[in-house]
Amino acid sequence: MINAVGTPQSMLLLGGTSEIGLAIAEHYLAQAPITVVLAARPSPRLDEAAERLRGLGATVRTVAFDALDTDSHPKVVDEAFADGDIDLTVVAFGLLGDAEKAWQDHATGVELAKVNYTAPVSVGIALAERLRKQGHGAIVALSSVAGERVRRSNFVYGSTKAGFDGFFLGLGEALRPHGVTVTVVRPGFVHSKMTTGLKPAPMATTPAKVAEVVAAAVRGRKELVWAPAPWRFVMSALRHVPRPIFRKLPI
Amino acid sequence: MATLGAVDSFETRTLTGWGRTAPSSALVAAPRTAEDVIAAVARADGRGVIARGLGRSYGDPAQNAGGLVLDMTGLRRIHSIDADSGLAVVDAGVDLDRLMRAALPFGLWVPVLPGTRQVTVGGAIGCDIHGKNHHSAGSFGNHVLSMDLLTADGQVRTITPENDPELFWATVGGMGLTGVILRATLRLKHVESAYFVVDTDRTSDLDETLALFSDGSDADYDYSMAWFDSISTDGRLGRAVFSRGSLATVDQLPVKKRRDPLRFDAPQLLTLPDVFPNGLANRLTFRALGEAWYRKAPRRGRGQIQNLTAFYHPLDLFGEWNRAYGTNGFLQYQFIIPFDEDVALRHIVRRIAESGHVSFLNVLKRMGEANPAPLSFPRPGWTITVDFPIRAGLREFCDELDELVLAVGGRLYLAKESRTAPETFHRMYPRLDEWRKVRASVDPDGLFTSDQSRRLGL
Repeated sequence: MINAVGTPQSMLLLGGTSEIGLAIAEHYLAQAPITVVLAARPSPRLDEAAERLRGLGATVRTVAFDALDTDSHPKVVDEAFADGDIDLTVVAFGLLGDAEKAWQDHATGVELAKVNYTAPVSVGIALAERLRKQGHGAIVALSSVAGERVRRSNFVYGSTKAGFDGFFLGLGEALRPHGVTVTVVRPGFVHSKMTTGLKPAPMATTPAKVAEVVAAAVRGRKELVWAPAPWRFVMSALRHVPRPIFRKLPI
Repeated sequence: MATLGAVDSFETRTLTGWGRTAPSSALVAAPRTAEDVIAAVARADGRGVIARGLGRSYGDPAQNAGGLVLDMTGLRRIHSIDADSGLAVVDAGVDLDRLMRAALPFGLWVPVLPGTRQVTVGGAIGCDIHGKNHHSAGSFGNHVLSMDLLTADGQVRTITPENDPELFWATVGGMGLTGVILRATLRLKHVESAYFVVDTDRTSDLDETLALFSDGSDADYDYSMAWFDSISTDGRLGRAVFSRGSLATVDQLPVKKRRDPLRFDAPQLLTLPDVFPNGLANRLTFRALGEAWYRKAPRRGRGQIQNLTAFYHPLDLFGEWNRAYGTNGFLQYQFIIPFDEDVALRHIVRRIAESGHVSFLNVLKRMGEANPAPLSFPRPGWTITVDFPIRAGLREFCDELDELVLAVGGRLYLAKESRTAPETFHRMYPRLDEWRKVRASVDPDGLFTSDQSRRLGL
């Protein structure tokens, strides 16, 4: 159960090697031991992540999860919930990819769309069913400011996140009567493996900082947060910039 | 048929406790008779069932995520009140406000009243509630002569402290986890009036407060408590307004009130709308409120006649006052530590003031003897109650308080608890295993379960 001060006792991380996802687990583990289920493709990186969390006092279980194999998702979620209720579920998997290749290479673009949009919808539906039955819990969906106004420089990624964002906001509305909260998190530029080699954008943040934002949002049962918070106002302004001007902005 | 009514009225609802934290959703049944309850419990699945009264527990003991919750307020019959013996036979869903209104004309008084009358008899037993008279009257369970308890096997057992002491005392303070209390026989107290003769004292710091509490004067009053300042970090920390009294005899009343000494005098001014923003409950507002509260009390008042609201339930002037804390909600931290641990008590009060977490409703009270219930909260010692709005850092601070309380053999109150760790709770209640044994004997599969019991692994 998530208690009165917003602390979960168990957590499922879909995208079990996601740096932001693991930072969220570490944030909670800094205070008390919790149970963590890591769902990801089996890999040494996954084992390392599991070991690291165990070292912090977590009870860790790993579940094999392939984002592209949507047919398997209901089973993956069942497996994750096999030991009982899970309080906090985090949808943290995704691809950034090469933005120019993504709109020019058919396979690359389709894979990005599947991993970043189709797969989250697939796990979102499976999670919703479990959480609705257990009558409590939270979904944290890691979106991006890139989905709030899609821009030329990474529009395939941005469009997948726009769809992702809309799906989870809507899922939150649908799950409201069932005691389940969905929190959509829109981080800006986050220093991580995903963004190595990219030029940091203004207001760049870290996985640990995003984890703090997530924990505060879970505590306050927020539906939508930005990380860091000022992005909310930046994006609010950018959304209304006319297209001829928007395309000239260096973003 | 009666059962159809219960089945028809199942609906999915999202529930919280009085602190408005940790919502969860459950199928809620609204039984109106004992037969309805039996039929509904028979329908419970693997997610179990729990009885709920008026939802005044602060945390999640009256919630059962994904399972069944019985709204017991439909079982509201007062079967009998005997003016001579003082015995009342009531359904579990009868609230203390109603019982009080019904009993007063017979010169009978509900012997244990918590900080609100909006609690049901079932909840009062399940939480083994206490009031300002704990040192003179004990807790609610002490005044229960018998109960009808529906257990997991579908049987209704009439249990008394004599015929089944183990199950009786496991149910008192058992948070509804031994079964559903359907009906109870209570012993009410004979009174001449519904007014209190009250002495008020104001102290100027924590030393004076503890000294006044420890000088033996408490024994002169049936009811006693102190509101104290937990915000000032200077010498005024711990200054208090003592409010102590006993029920008045007719002779003590002013002539005007003697004509109708048993009048139920408990006004409500207004019900708060659900419009308050988060953060309104802050250091500034609470300091101002606290100052006003302190100053409005006389430095020394003797023999004042006060009604129930003025003396006992000032918060009942405002219906739904929990809304003032905004949508983030709040938690109430109530603990008890032994009398000889006043060093720890001072340290805790200081830590509260320094923490940056502000509380307005700060109550200090001396508690009396414990009863035999393994999970009952009261025992001889100091109890402190504080309210904190939910915000960043509260988790860490409450964890720190838990450690301080545990270190001196203290414990938390399940009716207020909403966040402690299972291990911490188990260490606070060393008799938990004894209680579990009794529970397992009547409910081996854990049919009766709540969010709190799940969270704490009870």
